[in-house]
Amino acid sequence: MNGVSDPIGENDLQAWVDGRLKGGRLEDVEAWLGRNKAEAARFEAYREQRNSLRSWFATKAEEPVPLRLRTSVLLARQRSVWRRRVGAVAAAVLLTMAGGAGGWIMNDATRGSTQTAAAPADFLVSDAVQAHLTFVSEIRHPVEVPAAQEAHLVGWLSKRLGRPLRVPDLQPLGFRLMGGRLLPGETVPAAQFMYDDDHGTRLTLYMRAERADGTGFEVVEKSGVTGFRWYDAGFGYAVLAETDRVRLLRVAEAVDRQLPAPAPSPGKAAAPL
Amino acid sequence: MVADRDELIEPHIPALRRYAWALCRSGHDADDLVQDCLVRALGRWHLRRTDASIRAWLFAILHNGFISDRRYAARRPSIPFDEADAPLIGPAQEHATMLTDVAAALDTLPEDQRVVLLLVGVEDLSYEEAAQVLGVPVGTVMSRLSRGRERLRRAIAGEFSPSALGIAALRRVT
Repeated sequence: MNGVSDPIGENDLQAWVDGRLKGGRLEDVEAWLGRNKAEAARFEAYREQRNSLRSWFATKAEEPVPLRLRTSVLLARQRSVWRRRVGAVAAAVLLTMAGGAGGWIMNDATRGSTQTAAAPADFLVSDAVQAHLTFVSEIRHPVEVPAAQEAHLVGWLSKRLGRPLRVPDLQPLGFRLMGGRLLPGETVPAAQFMYDDDHGTRLTLYMRAERADGTGFEVVEKSGVTGFRWYDAGFGYAVLAETDRVRLLRVAEAVDRQLPAPAPSPGKAAAPL
Repeated sequence: MVADRDELIEPHIPALRRYAWALCRSGHDADDLVQDCLVRALGRWHLRRTDASIRAWLFAILHNGFISDRRYAARRPSIPFDEADAPLIGPAQEHATMLTDVAAALDTLPEDQRVVLLLVGVEDLSYEEAAQVLGVPVGTVMSRLSRGRERLRRAIAGEFSPSALGIAALRRVT
């Protein structure tokens, strides 16, 4: 329009609605609105709707913040989670001294010192526990693909999870592979491997891609199931069973140790310990 | 150091709760969402970009949590604003009904537009901050804002025709 240096655009008008224009630009836009009555009415209406929404939502932000959302409370809870992890590491130290499986404690000690990426954990754990409870009680179809077809199982799940997987060998700890299955995950598919021992104790290893940082082992105690959960290189893992924590920690360590290096070819079973 | 983290996050919690409520429409779900967001933020404090806005970072964590957690996603399409546990508006506020109608009209918008109207119009995020939260270019924020406001204007204009207003008022009395 005549007399205006820079043409007034839609973005200027939206910024006017939001009260974000200053100085000369504000004057230019108001002058423009003065000359364009129809447009002015429309942008006035936008301003009104904006004010209405602000008033309507205003009280929501004035409510007192519940205790569980205070950062001090959340930090205290995180510290207790951290103490549990230190407890797990301490248990691992004892195991190392007792069992003489050296070398790996350094790895865990350094991981234990990194900060937790706590939140996605809850979903991974609840999904893993759910899957565990659903399939360990199956008599006839506990697994989708049995251990006899291990190469096929690994190839298939590697393809579906988008990363070369490996079935950890847990024989030295008394657990034999039964097989595995594909499961729906939160947003990506997940894999579950099932093992059992001579006493009929069934153990599941659950894994899926997770956007999370590396963490130490965290104890899982849920619905009668015990286990450990951890994150490593863009994957989340959980080992679960109805057995004691010390034995499970050894399983978790064995699994973690046998995880594939960043980009190997899809392997068959891991090398024995 | 911990005190810094506390002090920098705490002031944003009321606004995060409000935005979470606008997304979830249930106080309980909203507070779960905020709690997840805060736990994530506290755990990843060392990963944030120190030159970026903490507010935009927190809103982005909250927003991504809402998008990726099927607990919340499963609830969509959600409870309409005028039936949700709405904000308490005092009887002194004579335009209470009109305000609720505007909020209800907001529900007729596609989510991507509604979210921009909330982040920019209600939460006062800059256009750049809103773009960061949503992970889209600023130009996309501006076009969603423009389309969203026009669509909301039409929705309100439709509902505020004299006959519709009478019916709306009667419906609320009963």
